[in-house]
Parts: sequence; C-alpha cells; structure tokens
Amino acid sequence: MRQGFTCLLNNSMAEIKLLKGNEAIAHAAIRYGADGYFGYPITPQSEIMETLMDEQPWETTGMVVLQAESEVAAINMVYGGAACGKRVLTSSSSPGISLKQEGISYLAGTELPALIVNVMRGGPGLGTIQPSQADYFQAVKGGGHGDYRVITLAPASVQEMADYVALGFDLAFKYRNPAMILADGVIGQLMEKVELAPQKLRRTEAEIRKECPWAALGRPAGRQPNIHTSLELDSTVWEQYNIRFQAKYKAIEANEVRYEELYCDDAGYLIVAFGAAARISQKVVEIARKEGIKVGLFRPITLWPYPSKRLNSYKNKVKSILTVELNAGQMVEDVKLAVDCQIPVTYFGRMGGIIPTPQEVYNALKKIVNP
Amino acid sequence: METIIKPENIVYGKPRLINNNPMHYCPGCSHGVVHNLVASVIDEMGLAEKTIGIAPVGCAVFAYKYLDIDWIEAAHGRAPAVATAVKRLNPDKMVFTYQGDGDLAAIGTGETIHACNRGENIVIVYVNNAIYGMTGGQMSPTTLVDMKTATCPYGRNVALNGYPLKITELLVPLEGTCLVAREAVHNVAAIKKAKKMLRKAFENAMAGKGTSIIEFVATCSAGWKMSAGQANNWMVENLFPAYPLGVLKDRV
Amino acid sequence: MQHELIIAGFGGQGVLSMGKILAYSGLTEGKEVAWYPSYGPEQRGGTANVTVILSDERISSPVLNEYDIAVVLNQPSLDKFEKTVKKDGILLYDSSAITRKPSRKDIRIFEMNAFNTANGEGLGKVFNMMVLGGVLKVVPMVKLENVLAGLKKSIPERHHKYLPMNEKAILRGMELIQEITN
Repeated sequence: MRQGFTCLLNNSMAEIKLLKGNEAIAHAAIRYGADGYFGYPITPQSEIMETLMDEQPWETTGMVVLQAESEVAAINMVYGGAACGKRVLTSSSSPGISLKQEGISYLAGTELPALIVNVMRGGPGLGTIQPSQADYFQAVKGGGHGDYRVITLAPASVQEMADYVALGFDLAFKYRNPAMILADGVIGQLMEKVELAPQKLRRTEAEIRKECPWAALGRPAGRQPNIHTSLELDSTVWEQYNIRFQAKYKAIEANEVRYEELYCDDAGYLIVAFGAAARISQKVVEIARKEGIKVGLFRPITLWPYPSKRLNSYKNKVKSILTVELNAGQMVEDVKLAVDCQIPVTYFGRMGGIIPTPQEVYNALKKIVNP
Repeated sequence: METIIKPENIVYGKPRLINNNPMHYCPGCSHGVVHNLVASVIDEMGLAEKTIGIAPVGCAVFAYKYLDIDWIEAAHGRAPAVATAVKRLNPDKMVFTYQGDGDLAAIGTGETIHACNRGENIVIVYVNNAIYGMTGGQMSPTTLVDMKTATCPYGRNVALNGYPLKITELLVPLEGTCLVAREAVHNVAAIKKAKKMLRKAFENAMAGKGTSIIEFVATCSAGWKMSAGQANNWMVENLFPAYPLGVLKDRV
Repeated sequence: MQHELIIAGFGGQGVLSMGKILAYSGLTEGKEVAWYPSYGPEQRGGTANVTVILSDERISSPVLNEYDIAVVLNQPSLDKFEKTVKKDGILLYDSSAITRKPSRKDIRIFEMNAFNTANGEGLGKVFNMMVLGGVLKVVPMVKLENVLAGLKKSIPERHHKYLPMNEKAILRGMELIQEITN
C-alpha cells in the first residue's frame, strides 16, 4: 500500500491526510461510495488511477477500477455504468478530455449522471504537460456536439479536489446530468492537508432501483423496459426533449451557483480568477493590500452555472475588473457579459503551461489601478 | 377456421420478449430472425429480468424498440466498452452487445478486440452483411472484393480499400474469448443450429467463462439491391465462401 | 509565521522527498502546508525543484517568485534561484556541487559539504536528510522530533530500520552547516 500521512481525528471516521490533489480525488471517490472508475493514463493526472489501483477498493467497498484501452473506451464505460444508476467517474487531461467529448454529449443527451475530472494541461494539440486552464470554453460552453451544459466545478485546493467529488456526484444525480471537476496541473500536483470524509457505503441494487427508477438493471415483470438512447428520428419529439434539457439547465443556473469572495467588501478593484489562478491572485491581493490598494478576489467555484448575477452586483461598486487565467483569455468573456460591459474588464494570463508569478499579476493589477 | 385457433394447436409463436412494435427492417433482412433467436434464448434461460442489451449504431440501432428488456444505446462502435462496465458493475446480470460489421469491425475494432482480450463475461452478437445498410449501402470492412456499394460503385478495389476483414478469425487467438462461432439464419436447419450456439454463448457469459462472439453472416436485400430470395442465394454463393460457417473456437 | 522555501537540484538527489518530509513535519505540528513540485520529464535526470510552504494561516499561492529560503544542490539551481531569495532571506547550498559561489550581499548565505560527507560516512542514501538537518539548524521551523515522527509515518514499515540512519544524517547536517561571511 502507498504510504500516506494519516492522523485520525478524535471520535470521527474523517481523516487528515497530506495528499496531492490527484490522490485526493481517488480517496474521495472511494469514500463517497463510488461504484466504478474507468480511465486511461495521461500526465498530469495519472496519480488518480495509480492511487485507486494501489488502494484496491474492490477488496473493501467493492468499487470497480479498470484501465481502459483508450479515453474513448473509458468514457463509454462510464456511460454504461451511469445507465445502470451507478456512481461512476473518469479522469483525464486536456487531449484525453477532447476524446471523451462525444461520450459526454451522449451522457447529456440521455440525461445520465457521471463525474468527469479534467486536470488541464497546455494545449492545443498534444501541447505541454504543464498546468493550464485553456479548456474553460470546452467545459462551460458544452464541449461536444449539441445544446447541452455540464455542471463545472473549479477546485482551488486539495481539500476542494476531495470535496467536489461528493458535490459533483450529488449534483450529477440530482439533475441527471454529467458534472465535471475542472482542475489544472497545479491543483493536481499540489500537496496539501486534506480532511477526507468518512467512508460511505455503496448503495445496494435495491437502493439504486428505488433512487434511480430509470436504471437499466434488468426489467422486472410488469415494468416497462428502461431504455437509454439519445436517438430520435422525429424532430418534433426531439425538440421537446431539448426544451426539457434547457429547462433543467435554467433550474441549475437558478439553484447551484457557487463562488467565494475574499476582501471584496471594501474593494475598489476586483480580480476574478478560478483554480490555481485564484490562489496566485489571492497572494497578489495580500501584496496589494499591504501597498494600500483596495482589491478583492472573486473566485467562481461553479464555472457553469457562472455566478453572473453576483458579479453583476459589483458593477456599481468597483472601478474595474482584472481576470487572471492560465489561458489566452476565456473566462474574461463571461465576466464582461456578467457586468454588461459597464465597467472596464481586462485580462492577464500566461499560456502553454506557463504559470504567472504573483509579481507578474501584481504588475498587471497596477496597470489598471494606475493606468 | 375458428375451431383451429386454439392454444394447443399453435406450432409457432412470436417469442414472448418480442413486442408488437412494427419492425423497421427491410423484407428479407436477417436482423428480424436474429432478434427472434436472442429473445428466445433470453426467455428460455429465464434471464428476462436480468438482461441488459447494448444496442449499436447501424441498422440494429432500434433493437431496443423490439425486445422488451432493458437497453442501453451505445455510441458508434463502443458497445463492447459499454457492456464491459455494465457487466463489471453488475456481475450477476446477463449483458450482451448486438452489433453490425460497420460498428464492430470498423469504428469499434479497438473496443471489440480489447473487450475480448480482457475476457469480459459478455456475449457479442455480430451481424455481418458486408455493407452499411442504415446509411444507404456504403462499403464496410467486410465488403467482398469487387462487390459494388455506394462508396465503391465499381466494386471494392483491393489497392484502394484493402481486403475484407475477417475480424472473427482475429478474435480466436485472444485468450479472453471462450466461444467464437460463425452462423447464419438462411434456412430452418441453420436457424436451429444458430440458436443452440447462441444459447451456449449466453450460458458461458453467466458462468463467467469469458467472451463469446457469435457472428451471423447475414443478408441485406435493400443494400445489395436484391429480392429476399435472391439475397439469400447470393449470400450462400458469395459470402459463405469468404466467411465460412462453423465453430472457430470452443474452449471447454 | 510563514516559511516559503524552494528546494532544487538534480533529479534523484531526493529534492522532492526532502520537501515532502518537511511538509509532513509541518503537518504534525498543526501547520498549514503546501508542497508543489516541478513535474514531468525533468524529474528524470534534469533539474527538479519543489516549493514548500509552512504557515500558521491559510496559504494563498503555492506558486511563488521569491522565497525566504532557497536550498540549491547543483549549479543550474544556484544560477536560477539565487536571484529569487527575498532580501535578508537565506540561500543554502551544497559546496561539492557548486563551481561559482553566490554573489549577493543582501542575503544570508550558508554552505555545507553534504554530498562528499554523506558518501564518505556511509550516509549517501540519506544525503537529502543531511541537507535538511542543515536547513533546520539555520531555521528551526519544525522540531526535530516531529521530523522523525513525520519520517516514520511517511515511509513504509519495512524501511523503518533506516530511521536511525536518517536521524544521524540530520544531526550530522546540523554540524556541517556554516555561514559564509561576505
């Protein structure tokens, strides 16, 4: 067994561990009572499957862990598991997520719950193996073909990597929709203190049948067959499906927005950033505050649904907004939409796997403070 | 007439798991008969409540409309991957895929070989009619040399398209497969034989013996632009020599 | 109180694991910790580095451009990280791997001949612990007993027989370290 640093909390089955973000995903999935993981190795997230294989959860919780022959096979295994009402997940990094997009579209089209983890690296193409946030558009605007949305959670710490496994599954099942943890190479490789939730039991087949009456687990006499398909030759019928999907997305937008605000109360300027960029920006805020610049950090946690309404409320409070991203400026478009372009919104970022230093971001901030 | 219609006089009936939805298959197509066999075997083995079918993309995409069991419709070629997860997560269930030659032997070659190589305890029902029927009769990996289709209108040219893919033969040496057989449903004797083989495959899956693949050499009267009778004869004369029937592997 | 370190050297010198032991030790003392490695092919024979942060409060950025302490175990790392030490910060290097000495006057500089000493005294395998000893002598950011507790918990039981050797290396490192006066 891989040696982790563990100390038991008093009177609790929760545990404090020192883990990499990727390892935290694996431990959290086991503890959540996940039924299956299907993946294919790719840097910088291979520790997820390595940790699962090392933990051998099939011996303890009964969780299935399988190394598939490709990312394409892995996402379709997830699709099969999800259709049975099982809690299944897969993980990959950018190029592998591109391969999984067809399957994610099928999950959305059949309204099946599943968790997909993307530990982003620099693209396009094979790109670099270094951290990036260049898959923002892909994650929050759909990703594959068709009109659909994926609930997208952006962890900024190892603790959140663990926590969002449970949250991602909960939301996926609540709305029968794929959910994604959109992390980056920094959060995947970073090691921090993490409190792991107590072990939950995997659901029995009877419990799944009750909770997910749609699950394809074999048709008992008297019930109609459960059929999972996203094919419909009659466009009038399929339009009605689409209308229903859109209504569901509206409900998610109304109910599931999450964000964090730091030093925002008296802020004259705002940095908007997620994931690793938010951690760097937090340091920048600390430096700037020491220099007397009143700047706050607004960190979207759900990238879809995006916290547009809350951001909009800042348009009369702050003079301008800086978005910090590990890409060419993707989220900045959503920030501009959120504030109706009524205050200046600028972007700063690095690409291709380069991580901006706090100093670089601070310099960018000073440019908007003293233009 | 009325006096004859009594339960005790029935010599043939629709399998119980086949519902009354009108099938979209063309007259003379083999799919209907293969559906019938699959439904009969599932019912006769008492597996109706335990079976999950994985439908392909291709002519059999609507298989889920005709057999009253739970179904998952897979993306093109990915049925063996879908079946892998369903069976691994539900080891007590009967899981089978139903795929055509485009789905299984072209776009899904990787999934087919790897599921078989892992010895997944599933059955692969493979219907090979040497053409893409659903999309209007294009060349498939198993289209014969010189055979004409919409995308090889002058006949399959080896220099351009390579050779007919005998994927079933490729699955024989894989250690994960336990039963590899090629059948047909062109006459009553063949149908009876095929049903026995299919039942054996389903038994293997439930006994955890590994992957069973039953290929059905099949007709596509519409794609081949023939009548039902002509298609049957053409299949016997042309497809059988290229894809000879028989048991290729039966690991006891 | 917050300590921001960069530890850098060749892949295989135990740079990442030294950082890990430090992080474990910090955790044992109830601190917030962050360990962020350079990752990828450069781990295999090239230069490797890891950022370690120990803090009493929530840690913001695991990515830094300046450090309180830089521990450099080869010349490329010295060239790269000398300039990133904060004013009045600490630069610590292994003299056996350095051809050009650091030149900054606004920082404190320490050296130790750890590599040669470790190999000469049969402690080659725990060279990185010797360096850690030097670091802890200069900045006792964690207690020695917690380092040993962290080590014990972080290495497999079958390797526990090496714990005394690790302790010896740490203590020897504490003796070896010396400040360079410019």
